[in-house]
Amino acid sequence: MNRLWRKKRFFLGGLLALLLFVLMHSLIQSGLVSRHIQSLFVPVGLNMILALSLFLLVGMLGELSLGHAGFMSIGAYAGGLFSKVMMHVLPVWVRFPLALLVGALVAALLALLLSVPVFRLKGDYLAIVTLAFGEIVRSLVINLPFTGGAAGLKGIPKDTSFSFLYWIVVFTIWLTRWIYYSKIGLEWRAIRDNAIAAEACGIPVVSRKRAAFVFAASFAGIAGVLYSHHYSILTAEVFGFNRSIEVLVMVVLGGLESATATAVSAFFLTIAPEMLRFLNQYRMLIYSLMLIIVMIGRNTQWAKPKWFQQRRENA
Amino acid sequence: MASLAFVIAMINGINLGSIYALIALGYTMVYGIAKMLNFAHGDVIMAGALSIVVLVQQFHVHPVLSILISVILCVALGVLTEKIAYKPLRNSSSLSVLITAIGVSYLMQNLAQILFGSSLRSFPKVFHWPSMILGSVELKMDRVMTIAVTFLLMFLVLLFVYRTKIGLAMRAVAQDREAAMLMGVPMDRIISITFAIGAALAAVAGFFFGVAYGFVGPYSGSMPGIKAFTAAVFGGIGSIPGAILGGFLLGLAESMVKTFVSSELSDAIVFGLLIVVLLIKPTGLLGKEIRDKV
Repeated sequence: MNRLWRKKRFFLGGLLALLLFVLMHSLIQSGLVSRHIQSLFVPVGLNMILALSLFLLVGMLGELSLGHAGFMSIGAYAGGLFSKVMMHVLPVWVRFPLALLVGALVAALLALLLSVPVFRLKGDYLAIVTLAFGEIVRSLVINLPFTGGAAGLKGIPKDTSFSFLYWIVVFTIWLTRWIYYSKIGLEWRAIRDNAIAAEACGIPVVSRKRAAFVFAASFAGIAGVLYSHHYSILTAEVFGFNRSIEVLVMVVLGGLESATATAVSAFFLTIAPEMLRFLNQYRMLIYSLMLIIVMIGRNTQWAKPKWFQQRRENA
Repeated sequence: MASLAFVIAMINGINLGSIYALIALGYTMVYGIAKMLNFAHGDVIMAGALSIVVLVQQFHVHPVLSILISVILCVALGVLTEKIAYKPLRNSSSLSVLITAIGVSYLMQNLAQILFGSSLRSFPKVFHWPSMILGSVELKMDRVMTIAVTFLLMFLVLLFVYRTKIGLAMRAVAQDREAAMLMGVPMDRIISITFAIGAALAAVAGFFFGVAYGFVGPYSGSMPGIKAFTAAVFGGIGSIPGAILGGFLLGLAESMVKTFVSSELSDAIVFGLLIVVLLIKPTGLLGKEIRDKV
């Protein structure tokens, strides 16, 4: 892509983000936005960050992870515990960024530990190990002495503000796009399209996969910290298998080809259950039906991502 | 006394393992033949168990007849979902099929919730068998029946797959789909039969699950589903003996950990063991290693 054009796009995107921010902020201030809609901002933002981080793994690298919520959980608990301990020691503007850092680092560290042996496995086996990891995290969190157990961890300071979350989401979108076109993004996509060819070109496949895994985990950790500092209470059940699946659905429906599409998909899939609220108990039924219909429609008529087709030819 | 606890844990483990093995068989056969992870398989168990509850409690059907009806219902459910949801995606990426299967799983759970309510229902006492006393161990008859029926079913499945013409066709499709089609194997029918067998096994597993746990709700299928899926991968997904082995080993491991280590941490320990086994043997215990060709 043309460098000048990219620069232009960067400023245009930034301007757009700023305009949207001012618009949303003033709408909230003026009280035109109902509490119900305001309560959706945080889940939308969090799901965007989560979906984008999983997009790195599933979309760019082409590896399936079924335990992404596990990393979110680790980040949420690590950051939450840090903030609880430091609540009266550090002022909020030091504490909160540090909590984000702690959450991201702890999640990244565990991802690194898991990634050392895990990339000996491929495809479905990698998926099952991530699934198992997510379940282990859930089970441990309930039973560890310092996490509040099944009753949950309470009293985390409510540090996540709308503006802060907004700019983190914008940053994540920008970063994911930037990575997509950067050298490492190109290498990830090369591995996704054909790992053997990529290796033959001198790309260290395993270490690049590890990098993607650790990076995605650290962003899931950040989303976790933001979650814990918004709702102020944490229970392990929130980060179960279904949460991982929910995020995966967002990524796959986003088309696996672009960061922006992933973010848009995360946006719509987060508000879809809310928009379907008038259906009462049929809400999740319609949601699941929509999911099936969209998946079938996408794969039979709409354009398929190119690498899917190539992959099948290679197989 | 430790040996007594060991024997009891052993029996419980084999009982649990036979349920897992029955479910895992469905996962592994569908994976081998249709090359997809059928995430909705766990919910077929729930459908089977719930239908028995409803038939016995609300329609006062005889328990044995209710089991038969639930098997037929589950087979219809399995074959229909394959025809409606999975067949159009047969040539798409495995990820799309996976998401569709997840959608089907949500659909079944929510449908069950709307039809039968979200609360857990107590599973009817279908059979009133006496317990056997062996020395100082009390052996419940339903455990013995679970294990016996599971062994019988597994024997029949193995017989079917390795000794009949349809079984031969199934193995051919699993080995090379296109070549099998060129040899005149009716692919659609073979895949339908596979789904039917998987669903029938799941219905039976649902019955034994209900007997063992005593309660069934719309979300009861997901945890045994995940565990059995794990068991199938543990044994090497796609391999039928692997699924049986994986199911029993997982059941035994879970029961042993629950008895001797910690019941709260049993899930964490069992999944941890799974990771360790996969790291030592990356394709599962009996899975074949497939090398990528350029």
